[in-house]
Amino acid sequence: MKAICFYFQIHQPFRLKRYRFFDIGNDHYYYDDFANDDIIDRVSQRSYIPAAQSLLKMIEESGGKFKCALSVTGLALEQFEMYVPEMIDLLKKLAATGCVEFLSETYAHSLSSLADPEEFIAQVEAHKAKIKELFGQTPTVIRNTELIYSDEIAPLIASMGYKGIITEGAKHILGWKSPNYVYAAASAPDVKLLLKNDKFSDDITERFSNSTWDEYPLTADKYINWIASTPAEEQIVNLFMNLAVIGDFQPRESGIFQFLEALPRFAAEKGIEFITPADAVSKLKAVAELSVPYPMSWSDEERDVSAWLGNKLQKEAFDKLYSVSERVRLCDNRLLKQDWDRLQAADHFFYMSTKTSHAFSPYDTPFEAFTNYMNVLADFIVRVEEQYPMSIDNEELSSLLTTIRNQEREIETLNKEAESMRKNIEHFNEEHLLRQKQAEAEASEEAAPAEKPEAEAKPAKAEKKAKAEKKAKAEKKAPAKKAGKSAKKGKK
Amino acid sequence: MKALMFGWEFPPHILGGLGTASYGLTKGMWECGDMDITFVIPKPFGDEEKHFAHIIGMSQVPVCWRDVSREYVQERIGNVMDPDLYFRLRDHIYADFNYMRTNDLGCIEFSGRYPDNLVEEINNYSICAGVVARTVDYDIIHSHDWLTYPAGIHAKQVSGKPLVIHVHATEFDRSRGKPNPTVFAIEKDGMNNADHIICVSNLTRDTVINNYGIDPAKVTTVHNAVTPLTPEQLNVPEHKSKDKVVTFLGRITMQKGPEYFVEAAAKVLKNNPNVRFVMAGSGDMMDKMILLAAERGIADRFHFPGFQRGSQVYEMLKASDVYVMPSVSEPFGISPLEAMQMGVPSIISKQSGCAEILTNVIKTDYWDIDAMADAINSIVTYPAMYEQLREDGLAEVNQITWDKAGQKVIDIYNKVLGRS
Repeated sequence: MKAICFYFQIHQPFRLKRYRFFDIGNDHYYYDDFANDDIIDRVSQRSYIPAAQSLLKMIEESGGKFKCALSVTGLALEQFEMYVPEMIDLLKKLAATGCVEFLSETYAHSLSSLADPEEFIAQVEAHKAKIKELFGQTPTVIRNTELIYSDEIAPLIASMGYKGIITEGAKHILGWKSPNYVYAAASAPDVKLLLKNDKFSDDITERFSNSTWDEYPLTADKYINWIASTPAEEQIVNLFMNLAVIGDFQPRESGIFQFLEALPRFAAEKGIEFITPADAVSKLKAVAELSVPYPMSWSDEERDVSAWLGNKLQKEAFDKLYSVSERVRLCDNRLLKQDWDRLQAADHFFYMSTKTSHAFSPYDTPFEAFTNYMNVLADFIVRVEEQYPMSIDNEELSSLLTTIRNQEREIETLNKEAESMRKNIEHFNEEHLLRQKQAEAEASEEAAPAEKPEAEAKPAKAEKKAKAEKKAKAEKKAPAKKAGKSAKKGKK
Repeated sequence: MKALMFGWEFPPHILGGLGTASYGLTKGMWECGDMDITFVIPKPFGDEEKHFAHIIGMSQVPVCWRDVSREYVQERIGNVMDPDLYFRLRDHIYADFNYMRTNDLGCIEFSGRYPDNLVEEINNYSICAGVVARTVDYDIIHSHDWLTYPAGIHAKQVSGKPLVIHVHATEFDRSRGKPNPTVFAIEKDGMNNADHIICVSNLTRDTVINNYGIDPAKVTTVHNAVTPLTPEQLNVPEHKSKDKVVTFLGRITMQKGPEYFVEAAAKVLKNNPNVRFVMAGSGDMMDKMILLAAERGIADRFHFPGFQRGSQVYEMLKASDVYVMPSVSEPFGISPLEAMQMGVPSIISKQSGCAEILTNVIKTDYWDIDAMADAINSIVTYPAMYEQLREDGLAEVNQITWDKAGQKVIDIYNKVLGRS
């Protein structure tokens, strides 16, 4: 049985406004709201919304046979919430069908996996929480930013409990092997890899509307036939692409929507299923382990990370950004953390590339992109420094912060102790008062004729009994309190 | 193919970019092979490079018949002209110019510069061109800049050979939009009579089409290139100061936009005091710029070393961290390419022709002093920016060679001659 595994990416960065060096220290708002609103609105109208509606229609018409996965970055979700809330509703609808799986990824579409494992884990967790909150799903498969993957990244992902990773089927990694199988990560054999089928994916993303292509026009019929005629033992065809391909890169008038919507029918005729990444990972066995010593991605002919970290500008900006990551994690200023996320987006580094064309860049040249970003980053770093003085190094600061936080807890415990002491004292005082009263009573009785000594002895005994009971109660309470405290400590 | 070129300047005695460009192009065409070029200039000094072109000096072209001996000619002008050529030229005098001031060899004297009686000198140049055009053998005529257009037209009328004119600049660039009518008329006449027009940038091409009303079909852009620097030029002594140095190098005139450089400097210095600005060159706006720098309170960090000649230019560039050319209108602008050859990151205005072919430079609008200040600050602050521009700029400028430009010109010749 053959299956098609569709996964669509949705991402939009927060583009920076023109930020001059004399703004450093004076202006702390970095974003070009107009451009961001304009772009996400335009792409949503042209692509995201109609494409999501198509997916919904395909699921309904196929009676749930059509399945696919979506991966939406945290930054894109934030912008949808701000500018295109109806897209969030559509995504929720898709989630409710049970046929759409949401994948994990870095919240900020960041390159943190290449520099800072701690930040990478934090971002994936943040994204997971956002997906859970909005769509009620807990992802078990992850795709890293731009499908970046290497042997170093796999164990990190495994440590977070993911079962599968979506990545590129780069020729220089696969060699003679086919991407149409499930593989296992060499550095973390429990994690399975789903590899993008470049040829079939690019037929849609790159060539679909190219009238000089010898296979033009591409019909759903022909396309499914191609997939059906792959060797019978090949289990899965992974079609990974940006959702903006549907309607934006390939415009509506190219017939891309009709093509997409016709796929389930022809697939059904050929007995080809649709499968989500989570199902693929749980149902299909890995045929071999795959080792990827150097990071690969789904970008450029080289399928490496040189589109983001290829030249000196990009490396300088990248190093500078992550030089403060530990410090930012120590801060608890929400605005600072928001900017931290937005500045990490891989797009900012892509705009600085000197090797590719800059179709999506808001800047005329990579040099402008670098200057603008570095100015913003300089201001951001000033703000980070303002949080805690830079003269203290991270370790020292961390230990100081721990001391401060511990002190709080200590004060709390001490307060509680003080309280219980106070209660004890009150008890003692009460007892003391009672004893005094007795003593007074005895004194007055002594003054009277010494009769009925037995009657006198009885109340004294009763008092002793009561005392014993109280003590027992107090002791019972105290351990309970102590246990509670230690439990709290453990949590913290 | 044989070409007759009319020019005004030729290295090493040059006054501006025209000489450099004419020289580079001629040499580049010669490198493409099968080109026999006769290059005519007003006044040769005898130390010009001659291996790739025959140089004829108009000041040695007789327009009046004088009975002189071969020995006498050899003695008088042997250093710049072969006596045989003198006698051949003398055989082609076509009218009586005895009313003109001529010397003992029947030649008109030329200054070879840009004197006050420039229009008269242009006219004399054209008279001599008639003799040259009747003497030498050529397939095509090529005139560099408006000074030699009348000569080109004359040669075309004499020989019937096609005329190509090369627009290195127009009067609109030089006058910032207020052209001198005499100059405009000479330019327009040249363009009308030309069979094809070569412009040094698309910017110039647009000016020729829109302001002179020329049919776009006969106007082609061939961008200038640069001649590789010699080891002496590259190895000039280095004077690095501990401050970053930002340099403006060129005539301090309206066309070059010096005031924008001063304003950008003021912006940079407000936030980044460890930078020095240098405005090297001379011109009619220099005093105004000194005043402006003083007014902005940056005179202590803004320097005017005056006109730089010869190797001083390269020493100045070598000491610089940033080169800025904020020209308001620049037909091509070869100086940023020279800065790049010296490994200096450059900032150029989008209104310069060289912006059309350069990638590894920063381009700003000449009036956008914020962007210019930002770019200057970025290069002096971030080492990666400096390194990236320096290395990629060097690699890029080394690819911009005259033989490629020369080939394009040869292709145009073939088209004009109907040989392609």
